[in-house]
Amino acid sequence: MYKIMSRETLVPNNHLFKIEAPAVARKACAGQFVVIMIDDKGERIPLTIADWDREEGSITIVFMEVGVTTRKLAQLKTGDSIANFIGPLGEPSHIEKFGTVVCVGGGVGVAPIFPIARALKEAGNKIISIIGTRSKDLLFWEDRVREVSDSLTVTTDDGSYGRKALVTEPLKELLEGAEKIDRVVAIGPAIMMKFCAKTTEPFAVPTTVSLNPIMVDGTGMCGCCRVEVGGETKFTCVDGPEFDGHLVDWDLLFARQRIYIDEEKHAMECACGEVASHG
Amino acid sequence: MAKVDLNRVSMPKQEPEVRAGNFNEVALGYNAEQALYEANRCIQCPKKLCVGGCPVDVDIPDFINAIREGDMPEAVRILKGKNSLPGICGRVCPQETQCEEVCSLGKKGAPIAVGRLERYVADWELAQGQMEKPQIAKATGKRVAVIGSGPAGLTAAADLAKIGHQVTLFEALHVAGGVLMYGIPEFRLPKHIVQTEVDYVKSLGVDLRLDFVVGKTVTIDEILKDSYNAVFMGTGAGLPMFLNIPGENFNGIYSANEFLTRTNLMKAYLFPEYDTPIKRGRRVMVVGGGNVAMDSARCALRLGADEVYIVYRRSEVELPARREEVENAQEEGIIFKFLTNPKRFIGDDQGWVVGAECYEMELGEPDDSGRRRPITKEGSEFMLDVDTVVIALGTTPNPLVPTTTKGLDVTKRGTVVADEKEGKTTKPGVWAGGDVVTGAATVISAMGAGKRAAASIDEYLGQQGG
Repeated sequence: MYKIMSRETLVPNNHLFKIEAPAVARKACAGQFVVIMIDDKGERIPLTIADWDREEGSITIVFMEVGVTTRKLAQLKTGDSIANFIGPLGEPSHIEKFGTVVCVGGGVGVAPIFPIARALKEAGNKIISIIGTRSKDLLFWEDRVREVSDSLTVTTDDGSYGRKALVTEPLKELLEGAEKIDRVVAIGPAIMMKFCAKTTEPFAVPTTVSLNPIMVDGTGMCGCCRVEVGGETKFTCVDGPEFDGHLVDWDLLFARQRIYIDEEKHAMECACGEVASHG
Repeated sequence: MAKVDLNRVSMPKQEPEVRAGNFNEVALGYNAEQALYEANRCIQCPKKLCVGGCPVDVDIPDFINAIREGDMPEAVRILKGKNSLPGICGRVCPQETQCEEVCSLGKKGAPIAVGRLERYVADWELAQGQMEKPQIAKATGKRVAVIGSGPAGLTAAADLAKIGHQVTLFEALHVAGGVLMYGIPEFRLPKHIVQTEVDYVKSLGVDLRLDFVVGKTVTIDEILKDSYNAVFMGTGAGLPMFLNIPGENFNGIYSANEFLTRTNLMKAYLFPEYDTPIKRGRRVMVVGGGNVAMDSARCALRLGADEVYIVYRRSEVELPARREEVENAQEEGIIFKFLTNPKRFIGDDQGWVVGAECYEMELGEPDDSGRRRPITKEGSEFMLDVDTVVIALGTTPNPLVPTTTKGLDVTKRGTVVADEKEGKTTKPGVWAGGDVVTGAATVISAMGAGKRAAASIDEYLGQQGG
């Protein structure tokens, strides 16, 4: 069992959990993920690592309530435990001194972009960050990202905070600007990553994205998370999760993310029914 | 002496039309009377060829004799003296090509049903509600790490613990058992049987660490540095093979590993009581002809499919699956399409598979495997309408451990190089056995490898001194 050392609701529907997992914390690197299972009837779901503390033996995850598992997870309290916590999985982010790197985080993707920006900063890069959400009330970790960035632009879709824009607009302006951009890292909803990659493609700036398909084991055993990159089939869990955004078959990713949409709906209805009958 | 009955006692089974609708065990097991009758058929021949046919050298005539004498505790003791997982082996070992193949009775009639008697003994012990613990030797003070809790790892761990070594068993998944849990379905190997035998191995003092992905959470080099004297790798062959043909990533196309893991390990057949979903296809096509293909097809049927096809590129005689499993599948209504091979998959505009374009095949000269090579008949393409596809072509070892271990040689096929007799790898202090060395094979051959490696590790630790 893995104890929840602390928890916090960052913004509505987005929660931060600090989990006691010393073996995972010892090895965790930016860009990697964990697979969790709440109880013995639970589903195995992947969550990107948002931070870690090797001394304390903790891993921080940030997740959005989207399905049955994340909803159940959100109901747990400090001191509760989850049954399984496996990691660190996947390849760490490629960290080296590239020069100037633009880090783009969208929605809950702001959490995993943070340790990558920090590692790139520590490697001597100039970090220009862009983080965006639908509206002000969904924005978190602006301060943390700012701390590891040389400059930061915040966007909201509705203009309730920062600049009223999608993240791709300031990204495009940077690419068109005088400063040479050596690399872009984008993490967020698949659609956002796709458009970030589309934005950088004409400028031929290498663009890393972190893909989030459905997984089961997370260790290369099942192939549920297969994606096509440059025409080749890859397993996101062991070959990724980070790939060259210009080579990803985005439509395939979108389609495969929707495989269980009917089942998820059914499960949510059942779960809600349970709550209603107990309440 | 009465004349020996040349026919074996048949195994009581659930009727095909009933079992096709549930996940309960198909074979029901002998009752006491049936077991005694079958045991009495054994002529107790002095040659004991059956023992030589068993990869773990079970003293087969002796445990059968104990059944005859009504001394069941003694039957358990004899069986478990060599085999820590009798409930599993009694169900899934291919006895027909091992102990039973060489049985003296087989020359005149049906060989003794060794597997069914083995299962009877294991189930008898389980029904008693408590397990007898064998004597464990005095602690040697030596520590051994066993990686992977499938059949090879469980056997090595049990044998090493019995002789007094301190064993830690690392497992990447959230439960122990490896392929016995994620691969083989409930209706062929009930999961409580696996967990009972895992508990038995734990009762010998083996420390089981779940959720530990060796190669990620910890590496073999770190384990060796961390005061372990030796390592046994029983990491299996967990990487699924695909056909590498167009359309293979459409929704609804699964590797057998994923299909079986969702169904068995995650219990998707009980969704939404269990949280893991699976697509319940109406027209399912399984590609391949091994036991895993049979298991996948029979799971698809139980998940509610109207029609399930097994598409195999050779003919019926070349099917690598156990005869018994092929018969079970046929009885349940699985449709076999032999000499057929998919060319490409067709999808709809939402990315879901709707059909498979297939070639007819014919058989040519024998290939390296000794089986006749399947050859594509040009221009023979035809369409099969399907909404779910399961690719069961076999598996190769997961590279996670080999690629993170310095000095461990692997072959071109990705298997770890280890000598067949003892399981020594090219890295000092590291042994390997089971599918990770041989490529996908059987439960019992993996157990045999685990057993031989344990003996070799024990010898090595003895030489190291206190």
